[in-house]
Amino acid sequence: MALETFRYDNKIVRNFAFATVFWGIIGFLVGLIVATKLFAPNFLGFIPELTFGRLRPLHTNTVIFAFAGNAIFLGIYYSLPRLLKTEMYSKVLSNINFWGWQMVIISAAISLPLGFTTSKEYAELEWPIDILIAIVWIIFGINMLATIMKRREKHLYVAIWFYLATFITVAVLHVVNSFELPVSFMKSYPLYAGVQDALVQWWYGHNAVAFFLTTPFLGIMYYFIPKASNRPIYSYRLSIVHFWALIFIYIWAGPHHLLYTALPWWAQSLGTAFSIMLIAPSWGGMLNGLLTLRGAWDKVRESPVLKFLVVGVTAYGMATFEGPMMSLKNVNAITHYTDYVIAHVHTGALLWNGGLSFAMLYFIIPRIYDTKLFSKKLANYHFWFATMGALFYVIPMYFSGITQSLMWKEFTPQGFLRYPNFLETVKQVIPMYMIRAFGGVLFITGAILMIINLYKTVKQGSLIAEEEASAVPFKRNSQKRREGEAYHRWLESKPVLFSIFTFIAIIIGGVVEYVPTALIKSNIPTIASVKPYTPLELEGRDIYIREGCNNCHSQMIRPFRSETERYGEYAKAGEFVYDHPFLWGSKRTGPDLEREGGKYPNSWHFLHMKDPGSTSPGSIMPAFTWLYTQKLDTSHTITKVDAMRELGVPYPKGYEHEAMVDLRRQADSITKDLTNNGFQIRSDKEIIALIAYLQRLGTDIKAQPTTAVRDSILSEYSTK
Amino acid sequence: MYKHVLQSIEGIAVYPIISLAIFFIFFVLLLYMVYSYDRSWLDAMANKPLEDGSNGDSVNHRNSGEDLNG
Repeated sequence: MALETFRYDNKIVRNFAFATVFWGIIGFLVGLIVATKLFAPNFLGFIPELTFGRLRPLHTNTVIFAFAGNAIFLGIYYSLPRLLKTEMYSKVLSNINFWGWQMVIISAAISLPLGFTTSKEYAELEWPIDILIAIVWIIFGINMLATIMKRREKHLYVAIWFYLATFITVAVLHVVNSFELPVSFMKSYPLYAGVQDALVQWWYGHNAVAFFLTTPFLGIMYYFIPKASNRPIYSYRLSIVHFWALIFIYIWAGPHHLLYTALPWWAQSLGTAFSIMLIAPSWGGMLNGLLTLRGAWDKVRESPVLKFLVVGVTAYGMATFEGPMMSLKNVNAITHYTDYVIAHVHTGALLWNGGLSFAMLYFIIPRIYDTKLFSKKLANYHFWFATMGALFYVIPMYFSGITQSLMWKEFTPQGFLRYPNFLETVKQVIPMYMIRAFGGVLFITGAILMIINLYKTVKQGSLIAEEEASAVPFKRNSQKRREGEAYHRWLESKPVLFSIFTFIAIIIGGVVEYVPTALIKSNIPTIASVKPYTPLELEGRDIYIREGCNNCHSQMIRPFRSETERYGEYAKAGEFVYDHPFLWGSKRTGPDLEREGGKYPNSWHFLHMKDPGSTSPGSIMPAFTWLYTQKLDTSHTITKVDAMRELGVPYPKGYEHEAMVDLRRQADSITKDLTNNGFQIRSDKEIIALIAYLQRLGTDIKAQPTTAVRDSILSEYSTK
Repeated sequence: MYKHVLQSIEGIAVYPIISLAIFFIFFVLLLYMVYSYDRSWLDAMANKPLEDGSNGDSVNHRNSGEDLNG
């Protein structure tokens, strides 16, 4: 067949490269701001939109979906056409992919600080944005699949398998985790409650890390390490085992985020077993990347691209060894809820995702601008700033995590908690928070050097918008496998079948993991005294979600003596059956709140939320002053009660007509109590609803309920 | 609600064992498969990223291969 000429679209590659750099800096800066707030809570004042609870999700969303997301598209839009020897299927779809994704990010950057959040980690965006994400993602998938269909290269290289797995799995995860019932524009409740909601969320959360921050970057590794070192991949055989074993196992490991929680025991053990097994494919992949450089290590000294790639892949190896270790229950008992997890995550985020993204930028930009990198020296400085920044970040966080855990668990010889006041354990790690922020400054300094370097490079070159290439198309005659043809070789020339097998591999784990918990009532023993929230508590809970309290406070007491001593009776699965969404949290920057109800009088909460230092000297919690002036928005209360009933919460028939009366009755009772204690406030303020919710927490299984009003409300209606 | 469809299931503990068995069989078959493969094809596939048919590669020759400007 004749040689055909075609053109690679470098414009879209450039767009994604610029977006990666832009959102990277924003994401890192927001990270530095939230890190600073942890040792200087007054930093930037107490503006609702800039509190820790609202900015922390913005930080995670920006670095994951904006920085890493654009980097993924950058890698795919550069390598996919080159591996398939064809241009992308459609420039229009490429551009919709680009602008659509930027719209998702901008919506997130606006809505998260405004307090629109589902509270689910890495899935905080509300339902209209969820729909937009789905549309953009499908357009990306169509563009990729259609490009594969018109390829001139018969067999798909391993990088493309990882890209396909990314597309398929993220689509499944996003859809399943986003089953929610909208109650208004930008507010929804998830279909699942309590334990099931937690299981689905961490099945999603874990696999978002797997299929958004791991598989696409592995594809990038399989393309860019050979490119940058001019060496073929160490073992193609190993890459086949790596791919299938990794995507098959990864999906099962989600429950390791929920060890010692109220999740059924068998699901916890399953998560642990598969997490340990995950070491094998992860390390297989890492070694495959590193061994590609055998005989070429001298090049690493010369090339900043290879430096970033090598440190990135090494960090991946460390993080994927550490992760399974943290899934062992005895290790998890120590590391969970502490800063140790933050260190673990940032080893991967800063060096693996960051490092690979930086490597790609330094590799791609000079090439598409037909020039040399402006300064190799500057890029080397960036490398050292990034590496040292990451070390200054993670080492203090490891210290802090272990310190927290040891202090939380220490008993005196008499059998009392050594540090009964949680604040003592907070004050102890403040210096570590300061060093961590310094690490962040180093990391950002490096990134700024990169911007200067890339800017100068772009200035001195000129974009080859359409890069000419040529290839001979392959014959498309034989559909069946030839006799003696290796099965996988045949499969690599069948993209649709390949995608179907990928889908089957990821869905098996998902089904075995999820279906039993979803279908079996016996897994979640019901507790008769657990009742639905009153309307005021429901509104208070939504304020708790809006302010992102769950970013620092867990609501999940594990069955350890150190926790039951400190917080009270450990959590039971049946306590959360009306929690749409669950609010177990994953980090204890502040104490657990599961049994907060009735621990302190209303007046304590009133003072505490206004000025945390007044009741808890040295507290790093922000003051929530606006809750005392803002009127509680009750315009959706009835819709919310209706929605909850739709989801299976047993509010009696016709209760929505009584909801507002009950809400006012309960608010008045709290206000009256506050007035009696010398605090003047109108009963229609948001703080009243929040106090109602906090006083309800964990009280259902206690013998003596604390709020008489709530009791009368519920007994009245349960008899109807 | 969907969660009330099935009230209980016998021998829930069998799930982890089934899953382990599925994976183990899958993994062994996979290993058997890849080790039966022809070396020359594997080498050819491993070389794919290095031959992307791009004229740009020759245009940018000074950037690729030996001279790693980063």
